[in-house]
Amino acid sequence: MRGSVPVSDQIRGGLAAILLASLAAPAGAGPQRVVSMNLCTDQIAMLLAAPGQLISVSDLARDPRMSPMAEQAAAYPVNHGRAEEIYLMRPDLVIAGQYAPGPTVAMLRRLGLRVEVLPPAESIDAIRGEIAHMGRLLGRQRAAEALLARFDQGLGAARHDRDRGRAALYYANGFTSGRDTLAGAIIEAAGYDNIAADYGITDTTALPLELLVMSRPDRLITGARWPGRSRSEAILDHPALASVAPRTAGVTDRDWICGTPFILRAIEALE
Amino acid sequence: MRPVLIVLTVLAAALFAASLLTGPAGIGTVDGLRALILGGEGPMPIVMREIRLPRAILGLAVGAGLGLTGAAMQGYLRNPLAEPGLIGVSGMAALGAVIAIQTGLSATAALALPAAALLGAAIGVGLLVMLAGPRGGSITLILAGIAISALAGAGTALVLNLSPNPYAANEIVFWLMGSLADRSMLHLWLALPPMAVGAALIWTTGRALDALTLGEAAASAMGVSPSGLRWRLILGVALVVGPATAVAGAIGFVGLVVPHMLRPWVRARPGALLPASALGGAALLLAADIAVRLILPERDLKLGVLTALVGAPLFLHLIWKTRSGGRM
Repeated sequence: MRGSVPVSDQIRGGLAAILLASLAAPAGAGPQRVVSMNLCTDQIAMLLAAPGQLISVSDLARDPRMSPMAEQAAAYPVNHGRAEEIYLMRPDLVIAGQYAPGPTVAMLRRLGLRVEVLPPAESIDAIRGEIAHMGRLLGRQRAAEALLARFDQGLGAARHDRDRGRAALYYANGFTSGRDTLAGAIIEAAGYDNIAADYGITDTTALPLELLVMSRPDRLITGARWPGRSRSEAILDHPALASVAPRTAGVTDRDWICGTPFILRAIEALE
Repeated sequence: MRPVLIVLTVLAAALFAASLLTGPAGIGTVDGLRALILGGEGPMPIVMREIRLPRAILGLAVGAGLGLTGAAMQGYLRNPLAEPGLIGVSGMAALGAVIAIQTGLSATAALALPAAALLGAAIGVGLLVMLAGPRGGSITLILAGIAISALAGAGTALVLNLSPNPYAANEIVFWLMGSLADRSMLHLWLALPPMAVGAALIWTTGRALDALTLGEAAASAMGVSPSGLRWRLILGVALVVGPATAVAGAIGFVGLVVPHMLRPWVRARPGALLPASALGGAALLLAADIAVRLILPERDLKLGVLTALVGAPLFLHLIWKTRSGGRM
């Protein structure tokens, strides 16, 4: 596509600047021993924390299939979301995702730790809110503002207002995502209409293969493949999918999982 | 041709057509059939040919296979409780299929999937025949079946739990309950040829099964070779149940309910029961597969749920009768 080279350069430049910014700047008055136990909060915390402030991230943050910051995460000790190991790290702030096991969070609170639970960011506004919230929690408002400015800049370059046709998201077990999900927000930002809207789907839910075929998407974006094999993923090999959208070329990889500035790469990949 | 076979053929054909015309896309009868036969532009021929047709054919073939093998096993073991799903033959086939999938064998050679399931089914049915034999001991059969089922189920769950794939563990229910949702022509070509060979092999046992109703000694005197019959039966059941389970999961009770319902119509002759049960099994499975799409279309309700709802009470009834009156 013409004009895409400078745009993607801008995005890459913006991401590099974001990553560099997180390494500079001294620690503020915020908490000094922070443990993050969720893949998504791991990434925003790594982007914002002062050197030495973040003492552990979740084990998933090191998984290159799920984490765009797997290399950076290798520098941090990992936790597996278990109350005992996290308590022994002596944190003064624990950041958990909304889907952290309730008993674990309750146990940590009973042990006297401050636990902040962050909901997953399912839209671009929510990502901005999450970055600002994390900045306040860590006492790193300045770093958060700088990250937000770069995110907005990258978004301005990546966003596509032109109508580029209809796209379908299709995952294992025949699930699709609608408007109110992160994946939906990504394809909307890239200038596609989501076929899920035809069936009134706004969140992530099952869509029969027949209905997907009948909606005739111009572009099909399928879920990432996981190691090992499963019958659930076999639906992505169904010949009907291949014949309805031959120009597939889209996979929801690690940049699609969490509401972080890395979604800019996902938007760019849809060019 | 017996009237009962004509009725069952018409029923299965009608349900096959209904299966083709059932689906969330809301395609009209005329439009759907035209797209199926003549093809054309747009997504409708894809839906009819690539999604609904393989599902309907698999429903027909798997149902027929389960009905046929159920009737054959009941005839050979001379026990109305024998059925591939309940006594672990399907479970062993599922275990074989799961091992082939999770070790990556099925990805390197497509035929490895039905072959591994076939091997699992053969081990299952071989064990049963060895333990229970053609003398019709209910207790031995049921106990051996429970043990083989439990072993196969645990093995399947273990293999799927060990998989690094996040979806694998959720598929335990598919392998235990079965489903035909979103199966493609690829699955059909994998399963159908060995199933046809197995069905033909079982077909040849009809006369021997009739002779066996007079007792083993009488059957031998009439020229039935006991070991020949045993091997044809084991191989035939494995060839049918193995590939069927590899693509559709373990669906229970079809091979129990259908022969039981049809036995009075063929005057209880095991040989005549074979074709009737195949047709009846096809009709029952097609009906169940239509029902799962009508009752909870968005949930992929498993076929085994429906067949068990019909079959389990009947199974209890049969046990009650064998308990009070010896055997039937």
